[in-house]
Amino acid sequence: MTDPILDIKDIHVSFDTPDGPVDAVRGVNMKVIPGETVAIVGESGSGKSQAMMATMGLLADNGTVRGSAIYRGTQLIGMSKSDLNKIRGAKITMIFQEPMTSLDPLYSIEFQICEPLRVHGGLSKQAARDRALELLELVQIPNAKDRLKAYPHELSGGQRQRVMIAMALANNPDLLIADEPTTALDVTIQAEILALLADLQKRLGMSILFITHDLGIVDAFADRVYVMRAGQVVEEGPAEQIFNAPREDYTKLLLGAEPDGTKDPVPETAPMVLSANDMVVTFSSGGGFLGGKLREVKAVKDVSLSLQKGQTLGIVGESGSGKSTLGRAILQLLPSDGRVVFADNVISGLSRHQMQAYRRDLQMVFQDPYGSLSPRMTVGEIVTEGLLVHEPGISAKDRDRRATEALRAVDLDPAVRRRFPHEFSGGQRQRIAIARAVILRPTVMVLDEPTSALDRSVQKQIITLLRDIQTELELSYIFISHDLSVVRALSDTVMVMKNGEVVEHGSTANIFNAPTSDYTRHLMRAAFDLKSVLKEHANTIA
Amino acid sequence: MIRYILRRLLGAIPTLFLVVTVAFFLIRIAPGGPFDAERALEPTVLANLNAYFHLDKPLYEQYFRYLGNLLQGDMGPSFFRRDFSVHELLADGLPVSMLLGSLALLMAVVFGSILGCIAALRQNSWIDYTVIAIATFGITVPNFVVAPILALIFGVALNLLPTGGWGGGHPANLVMPVIALGLPQVAVIARLIRGAMIEALRSDHVRTARAYGLPTRMIVVTHSLRAACLPAVSYLGPAAAGLLTGSIVIEQVFGLPGIGREFVNAALSRDYTLVMGTVIVIAVFVLIFNLIVDILYAALDPRVRYE
Amino acid sequence: MSDTQTDIQIDELDLGTSRSLWATAWLRLRKNKAAMASLAILIIYILIGTFGPMLTTHDYDNSYRDFTREPASLQLYPPTEDILPSAERVITRARLQPQSVELDGDILTVTATSSREIDERVTRYMDRSDLFANTRVIEISPDNLTVTMQSDVQRYRFIFGTDSNGRDQLARIVIAIRISLLIGAAATAVALLIGVLYGAIAGFIGGMVDSVMMRVVDILYSLPFIFFVILLVVFFGNNIFLMFIAVGAIEWLDMARIVRGQTLSLRRREFVSAAEALGVKPVSIVKRHIIPNTLGPVIVYTTLMVPKVILLESFLSFLGLGVQNPLTSLGVLISNGSRDIQGTPYLLIYPSLALTILLFALNFLGDGLRDALDPKDR
Repeated sequence: MTDPILDIKDIHVSFDTPDGPVDAVRGVNMKVIPGETVAIVGESGSGKSQAMMATMGLLADNGTVRGSAIYRGTQLIGMSKSDLNKIRGAKITMIFQEPMTSLDPLYSIEFQICEPLRVHGGLSKQAARDRALELLELVQIPNAKDRLKAYPHELSGGQRQRVMIAMALANNPDLLIADEPTTALDVTIQAEILALLADLQKRLGMSILFITHDLGIVDAFADRVYVMRAGQVVEEGPAEQIFNAPREDYTKLLLGAEPDGTKDPVPETAPMVLSANDMVVTFSSGGGFLGGKLREVKAVKDVSLSLQKGQTLGIVGESGSGKSTLGRAILQLLPSDGRVVFADNVISGLSRHQMQAYRRDLQMVFQDPYGSLSPRMTVGEIVTEGLLVHEPGISAKDRDRRATEALRAVDLDPAVRRRFPHEFSGGQRQRIAIARAVILRPTVMVLDEPTSALDRSVQKQIITLLRDIQTELELSYIFISHDLSVVRALSDTVMVMKNGEVVEHGSTANIFNAPTSDYTRHLMRAAFDLKSVLKEHANTIA
Repeated sequence: MIRYILRRLLGAIPTLFLVVTVAFFLIRIAPGGPFDAERALEPTVLANLNAYFHLDKPLYEQYFRYLGNLLQGDMGPSFFRRDFSVHELLADGLPVSMLLGSLALLMAVVFGSILGCIAALRQNSWIDYTVIAIATFGITVPNFVVAPILALIFGVALNLLPTGGWGGGHPANLVMPVIALGLPQVAVIARLIRGAMIEALRSDHVRTARAYGLPTRMIVVTHSLRAACLPAVSYLGPAAAGLLTGSIVIEQVFGLPGIGREFVNAALSRDYTLVMGTVIVIAVFVLIFNLIVDILYAALDPRVRYE
Repeated sequence: MSDTQTDIQIDELDLGTSRSLWATAWLRLRKNKAAMASLAILIIYILIGTFGPMLTTHDYDNSYRDFTREPASLQLYPPTEDILPSAERVITRARLQPQSVELDGDILTVTATSSREIDERVTRYMDRSDLFANTRVIEISPDNLTVTMQSDVQRYRFIFGTDSNGRDQLARIVIAIRISLLIGAAATAVALLIGVLYGAIAGFIGGMVDSVMMRVVDILYSLPFIFFVILLVVFFGNNIFLMFIAVGAIEWLDMARIVRGQTLSLRRREFVSAAEALGVKPVSIVKRHIIPNTLGPVIVYTTLMVPKVILLESFLSFLGLGVQNPLTSLGVLISNGSRDIQGTPYLLIYPSLALTILLFALNFLGDGLRDALDPKDR
């Protein structure tokens, strides 16, 4: 085995917080050898990012680090800033999760790519500019020459991440540390970025240290894997071994956390509960009082759908596809055109007051478990708020009993009624949000990305819960998500959306096994078969 | 850019018109008149005076007459100091106020940004705490307390500087007024810059700059300071307009012949034209500085574009 | 479920110590020493403002013509050696010839003669002076030409000195604190009411209504408002009621912007959508979801607005446009004090200190509340 370029030994990171010290990383050992791709996998709070931030001297002010990190014989921990600056950005470079905020919004991308070139390489202004153009072409930014003068806000998320990669490659680094570089991106963009990284690595020969929570990426991308949990490395080994023969329970849990199971279609005779025809949602911006031109954007274009009793309709799409907007429009939470029929009653175009009667039957659960619970109300008040509206006659005692039942139904201890949302974890909050909907015994629930903000293992619990509740209460779901594996596990019918239009619509089995449209196929491959996407990419390059 | 400025200037006309109109009628609805203060005048003299200044005409006619004159650049004679036109009085007072104001502004920008930067870079050190203390003091203690106390210390107790008077703009006469005028602004700017700088230093793109081994100077100057200036720039627009158009308090305490004092005296003596004149000057300054701020802001932040 | 799941289970939560965000904020505030000291100072000020005027030994508008511009000290006035000369002066003013004037402790005994008959009402001349009170005739000669009177000598302390009218500065500062606090509270209430209603309506209704309403605020902002207030006060006379309106009318603009911004961002929060999806009426949404969540920033901003309002009032009073004699406010006192900094610096220093300490306390409390209610580091 060759000498490692980066050798981390017994790294400890702790943060001084108002509530006392927090140990984020507790004795981690890691190695990266030249030319290999190492992945660090862990769920949120596992300390996977902080270990690398500490190595690179990028901890927040309240963080301290102990231990050793040796880059080619040089100790990085405790190194003087000016010495460290000779390595950072030249020999070891980083790309980050948020491509929007990681670039300085006030400077052109040319300026930002040139900076490390001039600082480390001592290039002249013109030479740096030429190299910047070269780099932009290397990371396959179309019209690279014109884009040099662009500012970050003028680029898409994927392009910004490509600019970051260009910056990272500027000085031919030995090691590229990528901290969740694709988490904020759509799956198809993610596949492109990963393919680019794999390709560049092959050509330039640097090592990549890839920090992620997504095992799918690791499988396709990494040679070796470290699994982290609660500040420690739980298991390490070649990717093959981790995936095929995991030793530790936690690794097995993570691998098993991929949502599984499928839903059987409802019988054709199942009664129709909800249908929507030719839904159109238009957003206008500007055109206020004395202000600018009116711009109209059609977020949803002529979408129709129907839902039978007990059915789950999955709506899949990438950001900007209009899937969430559609969900809200169906529930008449947004002004829209089109005809929506619920239980033989037309509910589109009803006034707020007329709509009141149908609200209890049509419930919604939102994506952000932190934002969807009113922070100054107790869990009991949150869960029973709907009862105040729809069953105003019942006594406080009955409301409390109903809250107890609803919380039990979502596997929460009813004693949490008197507590406040900020005291709960993401998964628990999502359970509370589900309890709030379930307490009214609705007919239809629109679930808007209810699992997207959660770690995989928690996701799996919520999926199980949703399944159980559906059978128990004979609910129909409209399940909106960008996450194909979750949709596959929960839905019996699937609709694929892109730019406000339906691309494909059919049974889950058909859509997933035999997609007819190019876009759906593209989406499926990026999500489920990253490996072959990367391989194919590599072949076309070679 | 030029088209943008022209459009903005055109856009300022309605606001200016509104200011003129509101001020005009507000003054006129008020009880009292410009000639009340003097010892009871002969009715014929009063009538002559009123006729001379067209005060005997219906209000709307006076309004349109005033607007008409204003469009020709004529703000009329002062009602109270009848030997002077409003023009002349403003031309006397404005340079005094502007000199004081621009010196105070300079002091605010220079010391405010230096203190703010140092405090942010040495967050939670004694330097930081000192700056915070100065800033809190400057913001909390009003200038009508600072000004006389300064005069008490440096003018009376130490006898270093004159306690008041213009002295033809002699530097010694300017020191205390400028400090009293500038100190609160130094405080606000130091606080704004410190806050924005700390936020900028914690931002993701500064983390990127650090991760790319850029020297501290570049991280601070290029990637933090520019962003940290933005809130101070927005603040400075109206503040600069206020500074340059004179401080009533400072001019009163130190007995300076600026337009702030002129305004209060004019208001007290119902000098309609002079009040209007000062209000217009102040409004014009506010509008111009708002425009300057918007241009500066767009120059500093590429996300903001002239629309 | 396996127990290796990472989601914290309920049993791990300590069910005993549930705290609302308000309770947490209070705990955090209690740890902030500057804010707690400020709170204590503020309470003291409020106590002074409420009960102070009843406790001071002097009336705020009582002029002691014998003691003008006395410096601040603990000394008793009049000084002992001044009593007899003063007594003789008073007697002479009553057109009597002093025969003997004796001082025994705080009792002054005077024997005086006159060429004309002496009326018993001569005692009034004595009492008219600030120094003597309760004068009674002890003995009057049968021919009514000689009288012996006894007076209680009144001695005063002017801890903060007296002003040029001989009014006790301490009593004036105490009443000024009451007036300043009153105006601070009332004008803030005016601004709060207008600002919160205006901002909440604009933010909640949104759309066209919002943009029109906010355009109005923008225009008002670009007017030289302080000058309008001065005009208002100058032209419509100065009474305290108008001060409330004038000061409140300026300050509501900021409040309206803050509340509108808050409401707007809350409207986009998912818990408001969630309430709408439940069919909760707009009124209830505002009541249960919007208001409790805007309350934090509003409280903070209100605390910071009170010093601004007090400052503005002091500023107007300083210019002689605010509170009028015999009532007074800190601004009036500072203005009076700054007139003769050479002769009577204490007239400037004490009211300045009183105002500065009050403003410091309010600002620190406001900052502390902001840190407690809206901790950015979390």
